[in-house]
Amino acid sequence: MDYNFDNERPIYIQLVEKIRIEIVSGKLKKGQKIPSVRELALMMKVNPNTMQKALVELENEKLIYTERTNGKYVTEDEKLIERVKSELAKEKIENYINSMNSIGISFDEAIKYLQELGDKLKNKHN
Amino acid sequence: MELVECKNLCKTFDEKQILENINLTIPRGKIIGLLGKNGTGKTTLIKLLNDLLTPTSGEVLINGKKPGVESKKIISYLPERTYLDKTMKVSQVITFFEEFYDNFNKEKAIKLLKDLNLELNQRISQMSKGMQEKLQLILVMSRDAELYILDEPLGGVDPATRDYILDTILTNFNEGASVIISTHLIADIERILDEVIFIDKGKIYLASPADELRSKENASIDEIFRRCFKC
Repeated sequence: MDYNFDNERPIYIQLVEKIRIEIVSGKLKKGQKIPSVRELALMMKVNPNTMQKALVELENEKLIYTERTNGKYVTEDEKLIERVKSELAKEKIENYINSMNSIGISFDEAIKYLQELGDKLKNKHN
Repeated sequence: MELVECKNLCKTFDEKQILENINLTIPRGKIIGLLGKNGTGKTTLIKLLNDLLTPTSGEVLINGKKPGVESKKIISYLPERTYLDKTMKVSQVITFFEEFYDNFNKEKAIKLLKDLNLELNQRISQMSKGMQEKLQLILVMSRDAELYILDEPLGGVDPATRDYILDTILTNFNEGASVIISTHLIADIERILDEVIFIDKGKIYLASPADELRSKENASIDEIFRRCFKC
C-alpha cells in the first residue's frame, strides 16, 4: 500500500479506499487476518484513531469482520468481493471515458482507442 | 474526568489581553494541532498548561486539578527554545532526565538517538541547531507521559527529519495519552491530527475534528487555515 495522501479529502476515507483495493486485488486474501489497528496505523503512518475509523467503515461494508478477542479478518464472502470489484471497475471506466471526453474524444471513439491499443498494451503488461 | 480543561481562561500582560475567554477540553488519546499565526497566543496557552504562567482569570485543570507538581509528572513538554546545558554530553543529559523523571524510559531514548545518528559522547555545544532540536524531542518523547505538549517541534529541522519526527510522535504516543502540537507548518503535520484548534487574536477561532473539517470545506487544513487568516 502506498502512503501518499491527499490532504484535501478525509484521511479515513482514503484509508478505506486503499484497504478496499488491497482486498479486491487479492493482496489481502479472503479470510486473512489483518494486522492490529496500531500496526496498520504505523505501516500507513497515520493516527491510530483515523485507522480505527477506517476499519469501522470497512466493517460496515462487511469487507472485514471482527472475531471477538481474536482480531479482524478479511471477509470470506467472494460474491461481495466480486461486487465491490466490479463497482470499482465501473468507476475506473467512467473516469477513462470522462477524461477521453475532456480531450475531445467521443464515447465510441474512446472504446475504439481501447480496442486498438488493447493488444499492444496487453503485450506490454505480460 | 477530562485530561485538560480550560474554563474562561484569560491572560493579560501589562493591560494587553493575550488570551481571552478560552474554553477548551482536551480528551485522552488524541493528537491535537494548535494552529495559529505568530503572536496569537499559542505559546501563552501552552505555558499556562505547564504552570509556567498563572491565569489572570479563569482556570486550567489537568486531570481535574490546578497545574503544579502532579501535572508536571504527567505532562512532557517541549518548549520553543531548548533549555539544556550546552556543556553537557548527550549521555549526561540522559542520566539527568533519568534521575529527574520517574517515567523517563532510557532504553527508548537510546534507541531513538541511534535511529537519528546522535552520538552519546557528543557535547551539545558541538551539535547543530537541528540536532539539538532532535535531541530535545527525543528526551520529551521518551517519557511515558499522559500528555505531550510540543511547541513548534518542526521549526528547525529538514523535511526528511520532519517525517521521522512525525513517525516518532505516532510510534511513541502511548494509548490513552494525548499530544498537543503547536505549529504553523500545517501541511507537514495535518495527516496525523485528530483535531485542530485554530487560535487567533487570543481567542479560539475554530475547533473541529480534522477529517470533518476537510469534508465540510473540501480542502486541506493548510488551505482552510490560509483562507481564514489571509493577511
